[in-house]
Parts: sequence; structure tokens; C-alpha cells
Amino acid sequence: MVIKVKDLPEEEYILPGTRMCSGCGLQIAYRWALKALGPNTIVCNPASCSTVTGGVGGYTPIKVPVMYNCFETVAAHASGVSAALAAKKKDKEIVVVAWAGDGGTYDIGIQGLSGAAERRSNFIYVCYNNQAYMNTGIQRSSATPFGAKTTTTPIIGKAQVNKNMFKIMRAHGLSYIATCATGYPQDLFEKFKKAREFNGKGVRYIEILSSCPPGWGHKVNESVEVTKKAVESGYWPLMEVIEGKLVISNPSKKYIDKSKRKDVRKYLKMQSRFKHFTEDDFKVWEEYIDDLWKELGWELEKQGDL
Amino acid sequence: MTHTEEDIKFEQRVSRSILSSRQTAAIGEAGKTGTWRTMKPILHDEKCIVVKSGKPSCFLCWMFCPEISVSRTIPPVFDYDYCKGCGVCANECPTQAIEMIPEKENPSCESNEGGK
Amino acid sequence: MVKKIVITGNHAAAYACKSAGVEVVAAYPITPQSPVVEKISEFVEAGEMTKSNTQFVCVESEQSAISAVIAASATGCRVFTASSANGLAYMFELLCWAAGSRLPVVMCIAMRGLGAPWTVWTDHQDAFSVRDVGFMQQFVESNQEIYDTVLMSYRIAEDPRVYLPAFVSYDGYILSHTMMPVQIEDDDKVSKFLPTLKPHTDLTNMGTRPGLNPVTPPDLTVRPEGNTPGYYEFRYSMQKAHENAFEVIEEAARDFAKIFGRSYGNGIYKAYKADDAEILIFAVASVASESRGVVDRLREEGLKIGLISLKLFRPFPVKYLREAFSKANLVVVFDRDIGYGYEGILAYEIKAALYPSENRPIIRGFIVGLGGRDITPEDLIGGVKKAVSEKDDRNVQLATHTDFIGLKLDQLGFKKGGN
Repeated sequence: MVIKVKDLPEEEYILPGTRMCSGCGLQIAYRWALKALGPNTIVCNPASCSTVTGGVGGYTPIKVPVMYNCFETVAAHASGVSAALAAKKKDKEIVVVAWAGDGGTYDIGIQGLSGAAERRSNFIYVCYNNQAYMNTGIQRSSATPFGAKTTTTPIIGKAQVNKNMFKIMRAHGLSYIATCATGYPQDLFEKFKKAREFNGKGVRYIEILSSCPPGWGHKVNESVEVTKKAVESGYWPLMEVIEGKLVISNPSKKYIDKSKRKDVRKYLKMQSRFKHFTEDDFKVWEEYIDDLWKELGWELEKQGDL
Repeated sequence: MTHTEEDIKFEQRVSRSILSSRQTAAIGEAGKTGTWRTMKPILHDEKCIVVKSGKPSCFLCWMFCPEISVSRTIPPVFDYDYCKGCGVCANECPTQAIEMIPEKENPSCESNEGGK
Repeated sequence: MVKKIVITGNHAAAYACKSAGVEVVAAYPITPQSPVVEKISEFVEAGEMTKSNTQFVCVESEQSAISAVIAASATGCRVFTASSANGLAYMFELLCWAAGSRLPVVMCIAMRGLGAPWTVWTDHQDAFSVRDVGFMQQFVESNQEIYDTVLMSYRIAEDPRVYLPAFVSYDGYILSHTMMPVQIEDDDKVSKFLPTLKPHTDLTNMGTRPGLNPVTPPDLTVRPEGNTPGYYEFRYSMQKAHENAFEVIEEAARDFAKIFGRSYGNGIYKAYKADDAEILIFAVASVASESRGVVDRLREEGLKIGLISLKLFRPFPVKYLREAFSKANLVVVFDRDIGYGYEGILAYEIKAALYPSENRPIIRGFIVGLGGRDITPEDLIGGVKKAVSEKDDRNVQLATHTDFIGLKLDQLGFKKGGN
């Protein structure tokens, strides 16, 4: 059962008037994540757009403690905070969150994240994935999907398919893994609540597909719509892995049936980073989505959930 | 110029006070971001689910606003001091109750009137 | 309970952590540092550090080790880590982060040469390479001095007049793996010397000032609620904390002597037979301890020679060194390190420090023992004698080449005058 909008809490942890771009998807994600986690939260934040969310200089719109740290080190910082809380016996009441972008997760931060995941350091790791280095000016990352134009894949688009971080994190045997999207704040809210309940059970990994108007080239008013289209096409399944068991989240459930999935072209054509796509490029995406669900289907079948 | 006792005392006072770079929580960290707006949301009460029902119900505009600039009240109210005019609320409103209208040439943060 | 045990330098560092009641330790193995953290994890697993509820974070790299202790320090805990050479170099970015946040992180460096080519043996290149990150730096000569200096470093680093991180550096193998008797002090006595940490930043208790280490602009942030410093003011403050740390360092050394009955000079440098010396050797760590015997032997030959063994390298004790060298007419500097493209690091630091002194001495620098090359007393005696005989040679004084002692190029077939 999805929580009703009117039942969502009123209390905000980000104050308006931030430095984020108009229509920023990250800000929707950050807002709802903090609302789910509540005031007893400590955030560790590496270099990313969310560092800018935190403000420049002596004032910040964020009301919970945030420690800014070096690009590749967020998981280790979160491990340090969580060890300190354990030493002070405050680890039950306070939850630690590492909040990183896709560059800080898929690329430069993957070693620290993998280490923390393996040793069961106790925190929630969040990757808000806007699929490129947006803060430094939209350079390609290993999370950038096939074909996308970025400032370092400027003419023909990215030649490779993105890394599958979800599978990489699953291979670490985590207690809780989930995917979210900026188009589904209620789903996101509930997943963060759940991740908080898993406090004490090592790293919990949440990845959020986070729209970026300047980086993706969609209209500023489409930040919610665009990731809804990603989910509706089956490209970005909302799902959880709870103690190893795969669960497809409510908004994505019907897309297990291929015939219900909407044309991914609708998603891609909203964004100028895919404007150059030919029919061959669209086919690569269609195959990517088919393969993704084939694998998920096999697993659901094995679990007896299909 | 020599380094006097007073100089040393002053330096000690500074080095004991300016330690790690810390931030105070404040609204409008980037200033009145309402001035960024080129388009401005206005609510047509007659189409708004919440206004029509008089009960807290829809509030998708509140939920989706990236800038936390729509209130969860009946009727929902825009905070024009900080609303950047992205139009996500208008795009997501299921009854098209929110209209985006062009801002006046010099958007005024005090004005709630819009550019009619 | 006070006890005297025979342990390695690495274990002396581990015992110091235990005595200091360190709360969070994170470290990654590297030769020759590894036994420090092996011993600490043994203490933790054996339940010998339950009083401080010590957490050992077994990280996957040095970068994560220093990150985790920085974060734990920012959460109000007393923290420790240790590394060597390449591991220390891998920490570089975070060392700046620790200092820039003014967090009292204490770490040991079991000194080792930096690759390439690989070496696991000692020299001081790693410690001197992180000279400018903003840590305080102390060099030590014995295992007891490691134990004592770690305790003193916590006291100095955590002093509200200072709030700076600190290195304690000792030679790999020469101290790290050599057994010596070390007195381990009683916990109560230690807590009399080292009070509970009063952190200036604690993530669990940030109140209305929740952001730490944000992007900080070149200029002030000006707002009606109050102006806040720019990056430049933070850096000024950090430098002034260094410049004004000497009284705290001397105070810690005095109190340490009073409580435990041991002292290391004034806590800044250790003078050996220096009172009437016309010639002074200037060195740190293993080179300084090797020089003690050399001073004795040269004294027997009638040379008025002594030693200034530098303990505190950062902040650099310029005023103290000007005083220490005021009566000497020749300073012989032995550097187990080199500022590539210039000369030995200690040599050029002391030259700069003594430049404005009246009657400044002739300063002669030599490079010795890089990558663990054995330094014999004869090597050092040879250096001193060369410096003495060439002291007044104007051409030598003006020379810009660097002298190496203990090279064996002849055994590789290199002879002067050939092609």
C-alpha cells in the first residue's frame, strides 16, 4: 500500500531559496529522503551538485548535520561517523547517510563503497544518479547510458552501455537495496523509511534516477514527468532487494508484462542528449530493457513470484 | 614593525575562534530565488481538487515542488519569494488548475499578483 | 598499572593508543607500519579497550583509513591511524582535509622511502613530503619516545589553543621492528596528563550550525545574520594556530616530565653536548640517534661538537633554533631525505631560519642513508670532518651541488676521469 500524499509529514529539512537549478530533480530526491529519515540524521556528502545544495559559505538550507568531504571518500567518511556513533553508543538513535552522485559512486567512489559494504559498516548509501558529472559541466560517467551526449561524448554520444551498479551492490550481499526515481516521491519516502529500519544491518544501498534539466536537456517543468516515463518504459524498474529477495515495487509491477511497457522513445525524445538517435539507437535501448526484464523475470520465477 | 604582545593575543583569539568552516541554517541561502522566475504559477481555485473538496487530499503540487515553495494548505499557496518558476507543479497537476504565466519584466518578490 | 615491557616501536605506538583511550582507529596494512594496527585490533578483540568502547574500522585503503578517522574525529571521538610511504602519499588529499577542519587527528608514520623503485626500508622522505598539509610534526629517536610523544601529541592537538592534527614519525625497522624497554603508564596517571577530549565540532551536536566543510568562497559571506569567514581567513587562522602552538608544546613537555619523570629536551629539540659546542650536528630521528655516538667519538678527538636533534619539525621552531645555534660557527646537517632539485630539506629549512641571525654559522648539508642504506658512524664522522676542513673555503660555501655520503658508485665501476 502506497502512502497517501496527505499522510506524508509536513516537517521540512531543506529551506527554500537554494542554489539548485530551477526544476532540479536532485532537490526533490534530497527533500523527500530527509523527510523520511527525520532530524536524527547525519549526512556525509562528497563533491557533487548536492554540495552546492548545501550552500556556499557560512549559510546552508539543510537543517540536519552535513559533513562535506572529498570526492572518493564518502563511504569511508560515513563508516567513520558510524564507528564514532557506535563508540558513543548513539548508533541506535542516529542514522548515517552517505549522499553521493553517480560519479562519486560508480567511478571515483566505488572502492570505498565496496569496502564499506563488505565490512558491513552501518549506514545508508544513496546514489542520486543523474547519469553524468553534472556539477563539473555534464561530463560522461560510467553511469551515463548508451548513446547519451555529454560534454566528453559531444558528437556521437556515449558508445558504451552504463555499468550495472545495482548488480554490483547485490553481489555484496547487502541487507537492503532499492531503486527510486524523482517521479515517485511516495515510493522514495517509503524506501528510505525502510532503509532506516534496517539500521544496524550494514550498508543499505538506494539508487535514485534523478532528472537534470540542463544535463539531460528536458524542459524544466518535466523533471518529474521524465523519470515517470523512464519507469513506464521499463527502462528504470523501481524495485527492492530485501535480505536477498527481489521485490518489484508497486509503480513498476505492471511492467513485468512487456505489453504494458510504454515506448521508450517517449522517454528518450524528451531529452536533447538523445536528439541524434537513429532507429538503430532506439533498438539498442529496447534490447537493453528486454534483457533487463528477462533477467528480473527469471529471478521472480525462481522465487515463485511470477 | 615588530610583533607585539597585543598582536599575539589578537592572533590567538582569531585562531581559537575560526576553526572548522561551519554553516548556519538559513532560508534563502541563495537569496530571493523568486527573482530567477520567467514564468509564474497561479492557481485557478475552481479547478483545484483540494479547494473544490475543501479537504486535504491531492497536494501533488506540494509534493513535487523541488523548491519547497508550495504550501500544503487549502488553497495551496505559492511562496513567490523563492519559487523559481520551474512549472513542475503545473505539469503534474491532474486537473490543470495551475497556469504558468509570464512574469513582468522586473519580477517583484513582494507581489502576489502575477503579470496579468 | 605501570609496567616496563620490551616491545617494538610499532607496539609502543599501539600501547600509547590504548593508554590514551582512543575511541576510533582505522588503518590499512603497509610495511613497516602494519604491526601497530595488528596490535590495536588485538587489544580491541581481547576486550582490553572496552573502557573507551574502541571501534576498529578495518578499511580497504589508506585513503579510507584517514577519511574514517577524520569523520570520527568530527563526531567528537579521539582517533588514531598510522601509515608509511606510499600509503601516506595515498592519504595526501585527506591530510589537508583533516588540517583544514582543525581536527585533532593523531597519526604515526613508520618512515619508509617512497617508490619508485620499491623500497620498504627507512628514510624520511615520506614524512617530509607531507610537510605543508598543515599537520604538526614530531620526530622521535626511541620506542619510549614514541609512546610518550603520542600521548603528548594528543594533549597538544586537542588543546583549544591549537586544534591541529599531528604526526609522530619514527624510522621503519630501526624503531618500528626493534625491541626496546618501554614503560607503559597507569591509566589514571595518563588521564591526569591527558584530559578528556573537548571537541570543537561534533556531528551529533551541531545545533543551528549543521554544515561542516562546505564550499567556502574567496571572500566573506555577508548576510544580515552575520558575516562568516572566507577560505583566506580559515587559512590565516590555521597558520596562527601553528605559530602560537609553541607555548602549548613546551607546557605539555613540562607537565609530562612532572607527571612521568621523562623529558625530551624542551619538547621542541634535544640538545646533546651542545652547551660549549662550536660545531653542531643537526638531524632528526635515526640520524640524530646515530649522531650521539659520533659526537662522543669526536669529542674524544678534541672537537668541540654537539648535536641538536630536532623533535618538532612543524610548527618549525625558528626562534628556538636561532637560540640553539647562536654560539656555533659550523652546522653539519644530515638529511635522510631530499627536496629533489634543491637539497636536503632540513638543510634548507635551517638555512632559511638562521639567515637573519647575527654571526650566522656556516651550514653544510649532506644526504645520507636513502632507502635504508646503512649509516655508519664513519659516514657521519667523514661528513663532519669534511665540513670542518672545508668550512672556510669560499668555493665550497658557494657550491650548489648536493653531497651524498655512503654511495657505492665505485663498486658499480664508476670512476672519476673516465667516460
